[in-house]
Amino acid sequence: MLEVCNLSLSVPINGEFAQAVHAVSFRLEPGKVFALVGESGCGKSLTAQALLRLGEHQGVRRDSGDILLNGDSIFSFGNNDLRAMRGGRVAMVFQEPMTALNPVFTIGSQLIDVIRTHLPLNKRQARERAIGLLADVELEAPAQLLNQYPGELSGGMRQRVLIAMALSANADYLIADEPTTALDVSVQKNILALLRRLQHQRNLALLLVTHNFGVVAEMADSVAVMYAGEIVEQSDVHTLFDHAAHPYTRALMACRPELTEKKGRLPMIEGQVPAPGAWPQGCHFADRCRHVAADCRAAPLSLSTDHHAVRCLHPHLPKSPT
Amino acid sequence: MTTPVLEAQGLQKRFGASKGWFGRGGNPGKAAVQRVSLSVNAGETLAIVGESGSGKSTTARMVMRLIEPDAGTVHWQGDIVSGLNNRALRPLRNRVQMVFQDPFASLNPRMTIENSIAEGLRVHQPKLTRTERRQRVAEMLGRCGLDAAMMARYPHQFSGGQRQRIGIARALIVQPAALVLDEPVSALDVSVQAQILNLLQELQLTQQLAYLFISHDLSVVRHVADRVLVMLQGEVVEQGTVEAIFTNPQHPYTRRLLAAKPISHPAEREEIVAE
Repeated sequence: MLEVCNLSLSVPINGEFAQAVHAVSFRLEPGKVFALVGESGCGKSLTAQALLRLGEHQGVRRDSGDILLNGDSIFSFGNNDLRAMRGGRVAMVFQEPMTALNPVFTIGSQLIDVIRTHLPLNKRQARERAIGLLADVELEAPAQLLNQYPGELSGGMRQRVLIAMALSANADYLIADEPTTALDVSVQKNILALLRRLQHQRNLALLLVTHNFGVVAEMADSVAVMYAGEIVEQSDVHTLFDHAAHPYTRALMACRPELTEKKGRLPMIEGQVPAPGAWPQGCHFADRCRHVAADCRAAPLSLSTDHHAVRCLHPHLPKSPT
Repeated sequence: MTTPVLEAQGLQKRFGASKGWFGRGGNPGKAAVQRVSLSVNAGETLAIVGESGSGKSTTARMVMRLIEPDAGTVHWQGDIVSGLNNRALRPLRNRVQMVFQDPFASLNPRMTIENSIAEGLRVHQPKLTRTERRQRVAEMLGRCGLDAAMMARYPHQFSGGQRQRIGIARALIVQPAALVLDEPVSALDVSVQAQILNLLQELQLTQQLAYLFISHDLSVVRHVADRVLVMLQGEVVEQGTVEAIFTNPQHPYTRRLLAAKPISHPAEREEIVAE
């Protein structure tokens, strides 16, 4: 199990550290899809990158909390442990399939390279494995594909190659950060279907980072909504879509144009997300919330510990409680 | 019959064509857009949908006269603009303005917002005094939901949504009759997207603007458009009212696009197909 416990992270802004992620906890379990959803700057990618201890080179600092891989703190890992973890047990698929592959090496050399880093195979065996992986991500003529360069592939094909690469050492945990955002609509649906099938077949624990509720609806078993560095609501996916309780979650879901009549005025959230370092003392959403009350700004709020967890003093209660 | 604000007939564009020696061995190039015709009336929104490489942005740029079509004509408010040279075009330029996907890339980072927005005024209304210009900029910022006090700032000091408001203010300051909007909300978060779509709607209502709206996001298109053109490989494969396109699509490609539309509730999920 991969467990994030009370994690807080700071980033350097103008020479000073500002907290960007505060007290985030969740766990990834085999065979389950967990989605982190939120708008830009809410800390979701930073959190996801911390699971691989990426971001430390950019100066991201862990203030408190821990990340446990089968009970061991990944912050206690030395370089060898880290290298074995990254791509070995925990793998990542990034948003931009254009830049994540090196344009001057063939697909085959990049894929075989990754395979041989993690598995004790000779070149021939690694090549066999590479062909199998490319077939598994539903790419045609995988043997020929090995000799092609990334520039010869479409965006969707490249994303498939990256998924194959991520799975090349049989990772148990897959982190996908906006895996379909840069792709055409019709390709998006296919990539999501592929991820679901692989996750199902391989019993993967999948962490999906996204800003898109459509992707959440399509993929997730459980969901955490982040706002200004904090998880504000967390539950199983059906509860979230049917009984969202946090005013931010509700407002965000209501913004989607498909829910408003044609040319009707869309519900908006006034103002902007506060930047790290400028968070209000109490509820982070208080300044933009329509249901704000005096006590909301008084003191930091904690996330309730129910199955349906909410960080709000005045949540929206369902009419017919389940 | 009223004259359309934007009208294009038989637009054609090939990229990478060359003549070759003595008419032999020439490269015909690759057709980016073929036989595209469209018209947009005042107060109306025409959306062009299609995937990358479908030619939707090339079409928009020809209508905008940023690139010259190989064949076909473009009219703005009844006046022909295809074939005009830059000098002849300049006095007409204020009629049609463009809003880009990434407003940051289209704003000069070394110019204050005031100067960026006022640029068009200097060209189209050179007789305005400095004070008058500043006043117009302040008014326009207000109309686009920005504080006039922000005009001394530089682009990097604004959020994505604010920059898009600046992009819109900059387009509207010369009082155009039409806006060509190329993926204007694609780079924005959902909550900011709602703010910008509402703003565009308000502006259209109050000023009877014609919008040519390029987008790959079908939920957005369904919300804003009156009519839709569906493009595939440089050609229009289907066109109609937004209701007709969304409820009764005829072309297989349109159907495929609609089927790929993201679901809005987990209950709509399909079963996993195991292979």
